[in-house]
Amino acid sequence: MLNSNIPSGPIEQKWTKHKFESKLINPANKRKYKIIVVGSGLAGGSAASTLAELGYQVSCFCYQDSPRRAHSIAAQGGINAAKNYRNDGDSVQRLFYDTVKGGDFRSREANVYRLAEVSNAIIDQATAQGVPFAREYGGLLDNRSFGGAQVSRTFYARGQTGQQLLIGVYQSLAKEISRGGVTMHSRTEMLDLVTVDGHAKGIVVRDMVTGEISSHAADAVILATGGYGNAFFLSTNAMGCNVMAAFRAHKRGACFANPCYTQIHPTCIPVSGEYQSKLTLMSESLRNDGRIWVPKNAADCGKKPSDIPEEDRDYYLERKYPAFGNLAPRDIASRAAKEACDDGRGIGPSGLGVYLDFRDPIARLGEDTIRARYGNLFQMYEKITGENPYTSPMRIYPAVHYTMGGLWVDYNLMSNLPGLHVLGEANFSDHGANRLGASALMQGLADGYFVIPATIAPYLASQTPGSVTTDAPEFKKVEEEVRERVGQLIDITGSRTVDSFHRELGHLLWDKCGMARDKAGLKEALKLIPKIREQFWKDVRIPGSGNNVNAELEKAGRVADFLEFAELLCHDAHDREESCGGHFRSEHQFTDKSPEVKAGKTQPGEAKRNDEKFSYVAAWEFKGVGKKPKLHKEALKYEAVKQAIRSYA
Amino acid sequence: MANLNLTLKVWRQLNADDHGRIETYEAKNIPNEASFLEMLDIVNERILVDGGEPIHFDHDCREGICGMCSLTINGIPHGKDKGVTVCQLHMRSFKDGDTIWIEPFRSRVFPILRDLMVDRTAFDRIIEAGGYIDIRTGAAQDANNLPVEKDKAEAAFEAAACIGCAACVAACKNSSAMLFVSAKAAHLNYLPQGAPEKQKRTLAMVRQMDAEGFGNCTNQYECEAVCPKEISADNIAKLNRDYVISSAKEAVG
Ligand SMILES: Cc1cc2nc3c(=O)[nH]c(=O)nc-3n(C[C@H](O)[C@H](O)[C@H](O)COP(=O)(O)OP(=O)(O)OC[C@H]3O[C@@H](n4cnc5c(N)ncnc54)[C@H](O)[C@@H]3O)c2cc1C
Repeated sequence: MLNSNIPSGPIEQKWTKHKFESKLINPANKRKYKIIVVGSGLAGGSAASTLAELGYQVSCFCYQDSPRRAHSIAAQGGINAAKNYRNDGDSVQRLFYDTVKGGDFRSREANVYRLAEVSNAIIDQATAQGVPFAREYGGLLDNRSFGGAQVSRTFYARGQTGQQLLIGVYQSLAKEISRGGVTMHSRTEMLDLVTVDGHAKGIVVRDMVTGEISSHAADAVILATGGYGNAFFLSTNAMGCNVMAAFRAHKRGACFANPCYTQIHPTCIPVSGEYQSKLTLMSESLRNDGRIWVPKNAADCGKKPSDIPEEDRDYYLERKYPAFGNLAPRDIASRAAKEACDDGRGIGPSGLGVYLDFRDPIARLGEDTIRARYGNLFQMYEKITGENPYTSPMRIYPAVHYTMGGLWVDYNLMSNLPGLHVLGEANFSDHGANRLGASALMQGLADGYFVIPATIAPYLASQTPGSVTTDAPEFKKVEEEVRERVGQLIDITGSRTVDSFHRELGHLLWDKCGMARDKAGLKEALKLIPKIREQFWKDVRIPGSGNNVNAELEKAGRVADFLEFAELLCHDAHDREESCGGHFRSEHQFTDKSPEVKAGKTQPGEAKRNDEKFSYVAAWEFKGVGKKPKLHKEALKYEAVKQAIRSYA
Repeated sequence: MANLNLTLKVWRQLNADDHGRIETYEAKNIPNEASFLEMLDIVNERILVDGGEPIHFDHDCREGICGMCSLTINGIPHGKDKGVTVCQLHMRSFKDGDTIWIEPFRSRVFPILRDLMVDRTAFDRIIEAGGYIDIRTGAAQDANNLPVEKDKAEAAFEAAACIGCAACVAACKNSSAMLFVSAKAAHLNYLPQGAPEKQKRTLAMVRQMDAEGFGNCTNQYECEAVCPKEISADNIAKLNRDYVISSAKEAVG
């Protein structure tokens, strides 16, 4: 059922060879094809504009009021590329290797190599669009370092890399909208996918202002709808981020791959109360200079940080991972923070916090330099906490941030449903079990600017353009189902708010399927989730009508899907009896007694993979609400790199 | 960690056709550390439990960068704190017993969709008119083949920091969009990459701005004062200069 369609040949030649061997569509014929792109973030926006440049007729959808506001806008720190402008030993090969290792040897080699290969063209493209990347005095581009790498390959635009890259994408989209190549549908939410004879041929959407439900047909559908981190309620994602589009596709037959690979980012502002709606990321770039520590002695936790002398501080990342220090990858840094807090050495009111301290770099470089590098991040921290990070260390704690799992796709970024393509955070393909910092922006833009424009052609070439229209009975049927569901939600008129259910689900997932997971906890979650879902469908209250702006109705649709999706997430976490990257099963970790620890290859408490049994992509097929999904395995073959114990020490 | 008791005066309007009105809500026991939007979440949760319809407002990232949130608080777009959006405004900026007036970003160019949500698509149309560099994907040269002086790059960045929230329009008694348009134009016009289309871009954006019905700039700079990204009104002077030069060149042909 799953054919990854990885081209044959040496890894360095696969992409070039594949492009050469793929069918093309001649320019005159391209304009006969219609493509739907759901999502206007870095992945969707870049795909929509590039496909329109090529001549296809593109319709693009987003739920915000403007495509420029997609959640990619919030990315702070930077974007990787193998330019080697620093002459520090970087190369396509090294970016590829770092990313595969960063993903704990659970990603698909060929895809990652291609990603590294096109990374440089992204920087060229963005610069030509006017993206104001940071520059040095000589006028050339500047770089910084990110976790999991020993080279400086991250390009950035102060703390606004996401917004600046997205404005580049949005402006190129605007160019195509004005030329007539793209029809933009903002404030329009995809509520379902329509398949005809097993092929994805369209979507059903709701106009979020008038409430009108309508169908759109095309020759192919692209989903670039972002990640599902908000399943946990509290995350660094925007409030609207959701799994609906991907989950709808899943219910219509698309396999969902590796949902349990969720990324908990080590440096976020800690939770402060029940009223809280989201968590705020403090960019990984801060770890270029900031030093992370907790008191050595639990008794010191209540003291003012400045009263704790140097010898009583535990710079635990520098201690445990001297080669990478504070730039250890996210999964590792997060678990180390949890370990310190579990050990009773957490700081702040809740005891769930560690320090990110700029005292030393300020002394070394001066406050002005630090301000120039991170000023807006420091300001953001101060606004939220009311504390001044120039004079006292930031308090941080891990939070849900990114999702490596997503819809299963082949090398062409096509799902197992022919015609359905998936890009950006919504697919699963490039980051394995853990994503390295500054790699999501790279992947979204690689997918949209450079991969899909080439890989969609073979599918389209097999289709007669315009062969399916919204007159097809399949559209009427799905439209009817969507209307019914909207009506059903409104008719419940129960007593609880949508948020109260979302919060309840989020707490449960964070507890049982968060930074550490175990079999018993996951079993319990699998028992409790259906109960919350049942309660939701009995007792949620959505006031107002479907024919107007209705925020509760929008949220309810998304939460209803999270309530089904959460079970899939836990099934996957339950079945993967190993620890890898962001998926840490407490039962599977190295201990003092492990031979690998004795041999000095790793340390107690590190994630213990089981390559023999679990070197596969877990792609789940939907079997009905509340039913266990069916597992399909795509074996992962490592030809260019050797699977090894991941060490950053 | 004191909690606040507040009175809210909120603009409620069911849709564009409805006549809006101010309604009063008691917001009791609001945590000091909550953000302004979290305060509204709490109030909404209570309205919902009491069987009412929640106050609608646009929001998404809640960290001051997406530009969705668009509330005028006590007459000031994004509230009185400098350099922040509403989502970054915290309740510790208010006092127990305060009465807070909450209204949408008002402008004749922005129809109200519901309560505090407005339609700002006029901004998108201004960008579509010419606020871009016309480069095809794949056609770019190596990024370092075109060095950009650091001060130019910085100036471009300062302008590019605009988040398109439209507070500038809401603050202006004439509903002028000059701060937005000038920032968007300056970002590209400062850069060598943007030079070939500078004239065309400047004229097209300004003309679209006028066609949308935005008013004239009379140099009061309320826009600059409320801008959450502190975009400088110097950009307006630059746009005026670029516009005069571009028009003259166009007239000459
Ligand atoms: C705070 C933060 C900081 C980050 N910083 C970095 C960084 O420094 N470097 C890095 O590489 N990565 C970073 N990331 C990760 C990165 O930003 C994202 O993974 C990436 O931008 C996702 O892009 P995307 O195009 O896949 O999705 P998004 O940008 O999330 O776009 C999703 C699009 O889909 C639309 N959509 C979703 N559902 C529907 C629906 N049902 N109907 C219609 N439209 C829909 C939305 O409107 C939106 O347009 C960060 C993430 C966060 C949260």
